[in-house]
Amino acid sequence: MIGSRESSPEPRRRRFRIGCLPIVLVVVAAIVLAIVYVLYPRTMPQTQPIPAAQLLEQIERLRPVSDFDGIPDLQERSIALFREAGRVLESPRCMNCHPRTDRPTQTDAMRPHTPWVSRGPDGAGEAAMRCSTCHREENYAASGVPGNPKWKLAPIEMAWQGKTLGEICRQILDPARSHMNREELFRHMVEDELVAWAWTPGGQRTPAPGTQAEFGAIIKAWLDTGGECPR
Amino acid sequence: MSYAIFVNGQIHHVEDDGQTPLLWVLRDTLKLTGTKYGCGVAQCGACTVHVDGQPMRSCTLPLEIVASSQITTIEAVEGAEAEAVRAAWLARDVPQCGFCQSGQIMCAVALLRTVGSPTDGDVDTAMSGNICRCATYNRIRAAIHDAAGTLRGQTT
Ligand code: FES
Ligand code: FES
Repeated sequence: MIGSRESSPEPRRRRFRIGCLPIVLVVVAAIVLAIVYVLYPRTMPQTQPIPAAQLLEQIERLRPVSDFDGIPDLQERSIALFREAGRVLESPRCMNCHPRTDRPTQTDAMRPHTPWVSRGPDGAGEAAMRCSTCHREENYAASGVPGNPKWKLAPIEMAWQGKTLGEICRQILDPARSHMNREELFRHMVEDELVAWAWTPGGQRTPAPGTQAEFGAIIKAWLDTGGECPR
Repeated sequence: MSYAIFVNGQIHHVEDDGQTPLLWVLRDTLKLTGTKYGCGVAQCGACTVHVDGQPMRSCTLPLEIVASSQITTIEAVEGAEAEAVRAAWLARDVPQCGFCQSGQIMCAVALLRTVGSPTDGDVDTAMSGNICRCATYNRIRAAIHDAAGTLRGQTT
């Protein structure tokens, strides 16, 4: 009986076999290739300096005052000048701190400020949650938090968000709301250090167009031509 | 550069870049690890310390500007408000994981030093910059009211 198993009439089918050596060789070859691939010297992409000319183009410029000399009508010229100044006034760098509520906005998208903060009695925050809890006298690169010695909100009478440029114009010319006469208004625009921050905001923040000096020249020309407001 | 900073009543000489956040100095150099690193960008409040009595986020405080200030961390905060807050925190079993709590406590103490009887609104405003991943907000608010009650000499 036992012998019958050995004398099976069916010949065993020959199976195709791969020996262990080729597999080992393939694996070794793959490892060697991987090591060569990883260690092969490659030139990494290098940072390129941005040409100064290109940088200048990236900065939004303000039109020089002389550009407006061609407008013969004084009132029209004054309004055109204010519209140019409005590019600064309506930039997020200015608008974010002229909110119509008690809370500032932030970023170029002007989204609500996080953490949630409130203007408080002096515009610089509530007790125990002051602006100075986080904001210092200078922009701070390590945390990305902007800063200025005067960091605070504009008074609520000077809310700009949601207003037309004409409304903003009439508002800043109204001493009851701006708390400034025209001379003080001009000084505020050209000399105030918190206003100046709009052109050096640090981080990824887009600066206000032009420079504070260019802006000051436009404001001066606007006031000299009567300080007219758009509708 | 070398800076002498006044932390928890002691002068420490620190050799570091002036732009280093105070938080790193406290944790890495002085080993005062009670102050926590949550976000590093002034969004969570975990790193709050008192600078001349004012609550400040130490992650956004460069070493060079605190060299003349009195800094107090969770390890050394004291006084009636701190005691009242500690008792209320224990009684209410406020912390869950605890990570945010040193910042919460530093802000709560600062609030009670400025507002004796805070309303819910006062608490929410003062504590809005302190995030708690475990959402212990209701216990925090209740504990602050308890602590305020203790400070007023009432039992709540
Ligand atoms: S670590 Fe400083 S606020 Fe989050
Ligand atoms: S207790 Fe866990 S984050 Fe606040």
